[in-house]
Amino acid sequence: MTTNLQTEPVPPAPAAPPALEVRGLVKHYPGVKALDGVDLVVRQNEVLGLAGENGAGKSTLLKALVGLVRPDAGEIWVRGERVRLRSVVDAANHGIGMVFQEQSLVPNLTAAENIVLGSEGPGVRTGIYRWSTMRRLAQEQLDKIGSHIDPLARTDSLSFADRQMVEIAKVLRIEERTSHPPVIILDEPTSVLESQEIETLFTQVRRLREFASVVFVSHRLDEVLDVCDRVAVLRGGRSVGEVSADAEPADLHRMMIGSTGSDDHYHEGVAVRSDEPRRPRLEVRGLCGPSFRDVDLDVHAGEIVGIVGVHGSGREDLCRALFGAEPTTAGEVVLDGARLDLSGTRAACAAGIGYVPAERKTEGMVGPMSVADNMTLTKQAARCTGPIVRPGKQATLVDTWIERLRIRTPHRGTAIQRLSGGNQQKVVLARWLVAGDVRLLLLDHPTRGLDIGARSEVYRLMRELAATGVATVLLADSLEEAIGMSDRIVVMSDGRATAQIAAPAGAKPTPLDLVKEMV
Amino acid sequence: MTSPAEADTEVVPPARRPRPRRGVSLRDAGPPIALVVLFGVFAALSPGFRTVSNVQNVLDAAAVLAVVACGISFVLMTGSIDLSAPGIMGASAITVALLVANNRNDNDLGLVGIVVAVGLAAALGCLSGLALVLLKVPSFMATLGVSAVGLGVATLLFAGVQPNVTDPLLEGWAVERFAGLAHLTWIALACVLVAWAVQRYTRLGRYAFAIGGAEEVLALSGVRVAPYKVAVFTLAGAFYGLAGVMVTSQLGAGLVQAGKGYDFAAITAAVVGGTLLTGGRGGILHSTVGVLLVTVLTNGLVQVGVSPYWQGGVQGLIVVAAVAAAVIPQRRRNQVTK
Repeated sequence: MTTNLQTEPVPPAPAAPPALEVRGLVKHYPGVKALDGVDLVVRQNEVLGLAGENGAGKSTLLKALVGLVRPDAGEIWVRGERVRLRSVVDAANHGIGMVFQEQSLVPNLTAAENIVLGSEGPGVRTGIYRWSTMRRLAQEQLDKIGSHIDPLARTDSLSFADRQMVEIAKVLRIEERTSHPPVIILDEPTSVLESQEIETLFTQVRRLREFASVVFVSHRLDEVLDVCDRVAVLRGGRSVGEVSADAEPADLHRMMIGSTGSDDHYHEGVAVRSDEPRRPRLEVRGLCGPSFRDVDLDVHAGEIVGIVGVHGSGREDLCRALFGAEPTTAGEVVLDGARLDLSGTRAACAAGIGYVPAERKTEGMVGPMSVADNMTLTKQAARCTGPIVRPGKQATLVDTWIERLRIRTPHRGTAIQRLSGGNQQKVVLARWLVAGDVRLLLLDHPTRGLDIGARSEVYRLMRELAATGVATVLLADSLEEAIGMSDRIVVMSDGRATAQIAAPAGAKPTPLDLVKEMV
Repeated sequence: MTSPAEADTEVVPPARRPRPRRGVSLRDAGPPIALVVLFGVFAALSPGFRTVSNVQNVLDAAAVLAVVACGISFVLMTGSIDLSAPGIMGASAITVALLVANNRNDNDLGLVGIVVAVGLAAALGCLSGLALVLLKVPSFMATLGVSAVGLGVATLLFAGVQPNVTDPLLEGWAVERFAGLAHLTWIALACVLVAWAVQRYTRLGRYAFAIGGAEEVLALSGVRVAPYKVAVFTLAGAFYGLAGVMVTSQLGAGLVQAGKGYDFAAITAAVVGGTLLTGGRGGILHSTVGVLLVTVLTNGLVQVGVSPYWQGGVQGLIVVAAVAAAVIPQRRRNQVTK
């Protein structure tokens, strides 16, 4: 193994410096400290797992490693040499490449073109394609990983598993740029794969270890422990330690979520409980839609029901379908005894259903519009102020809710995009409350991108609403959140509701209980 | 002419190995089928339509539009739009008329004059591209502005007196025939072949396609996208320039209005042929089929006795219907359309 030690102060490394080392990496975003002094060592020819909950800083760290994010402080060392990574090309020149979480292939090009994209070399001479050379270059890459994909197949005609092979073949092109063994980062590579395909991928990862170092990121802890030599854990933008491959998933999880302290983060103290049997407020029977089938679901008034499931479980679509935003093919939904019209969002609003979408910035709010206008965007809210906006009436209404929800805004006329994420989310929630007749709230990742303080505020708000009898369906950002907030948890897997787990305060299930049902 | 069906298969013969699906989708096969059906219907309805000389007429009438469509297809492939054809064509039409032998001045540059006019047009196209990538002006606005600039240049050069062309080369293009078709038509065919080769065998063409497919992926792969966008608009400008020269040849005079209506007609043709306005789909051969469809329709409607006053409206309806048909597979609830 070659080492490169001739530049800069010699690092405190023994014979073989680590393939990649991160020291004290810091990255601030407005309102959030995404990385708060992360240290990480990737040794040569090892598979390092990277684990952490949503918001732990994994993706920011990975982006920093491939030059997509410029850290505010801290150092990145490659084979004992300090480097500054300004772009993906920079990272590739240092032998670092990443297979991105969302598939990053051009769908309408051939597999061969995708593999050599950006570094065609002899495949293109003076701007003219040499298809045969292109094909040969791609074939060489595919041979490295033993894949039998036709290099000239259009990428969008390949299966997800094959596309991933194409991505790995593509990222291995960085071997052409450096004589050193590369560092390959795999970000959530298994999220779109079937179990059999995952096994193939693992074989592939073990093969990669022969000539490269691999950083493997996944939400599925058993997978991480299965394929990795060691697992580093991030929490709240800091490295909190590592476990070896023979650790139990439970140990790893405990490290990820930290000490589940006695502080009532989820405001369970104010959770209301009512044991008298009565008809559920929301009854879903045999609902089928684009990515879910035969879903039954009951939610009582005042109850918070969490739906958990891995990517592709269909829970997002189900949530949107209940709001009439996705088409359904069969089944029925009854709200307070009345059959719900699922043909569109208007009917859902009129029936007293509120929906907080996951994409706050694009679906939840109109950025340049004022807090007041965002809050009174719905037809129901408009009824409160009349068809012609009467500033006085709107102001009174909005100010009431700004005060009740403790929304920190300079003024009701401030553009919502100037508020912090937590306060934006409160305005989005308030939209469903101003009309005063909300019966069911569908919350799709309501705390996404919020810091801990803001999350806690949103949790408190959810508890207060539940106390007034609002039924809530929650798609939580993490298992911990689902467990903490829900009275009952429904597990979805492959489009079906596969399990129901009671989660009353004081008798909460563990994340592992849920994971067992999810996979 | 090669059918667009072949546009989705690659040229290098693949090895003997099970191949994944590489068939022709209905969206790719639809326009050629529609062309054949339309042709059959008009041929059955009108004896005048099915004569050899009328088929020659159709092809000759398609020549200019085909060249404009070649240019616009590259821009549409990237997901941008280009409305600069009328202005650029006007500028090049007047320029060429003033540079070759004409009644306004003593210039007699011949072929050089044509090259200069096309060069000017390419420069105008380049301007659109630069406005897009440097000033971040949306292509819709940038090209509309460049079209106005082109018309302005043309009006200045026109200076109130129409330049009539006396150059034998340029005049010959429109009147002389080879194998029954005007030279202009052969030029258009050559353009289509060149454009197809660019689309298929050059990095520019493939990247244009990729930009429309997933631009961010190119950036993540370390490709600088901006130069290719500028190049695409420059190439499109050159095609419009040549189209302007062709119109001058047909009219025997340089007119400011030489390119009037060609922007909409070319977009119509491209979309009808199966090139998506959102980019990443279709291409030169698709657009060429679209050009033939539109031309056959125009000619056929006249032949069967539909009033020419109806034609503009009919064309407009067709483009909206074609776009609606093209997006059917992607429609979903609460889709935002702007």
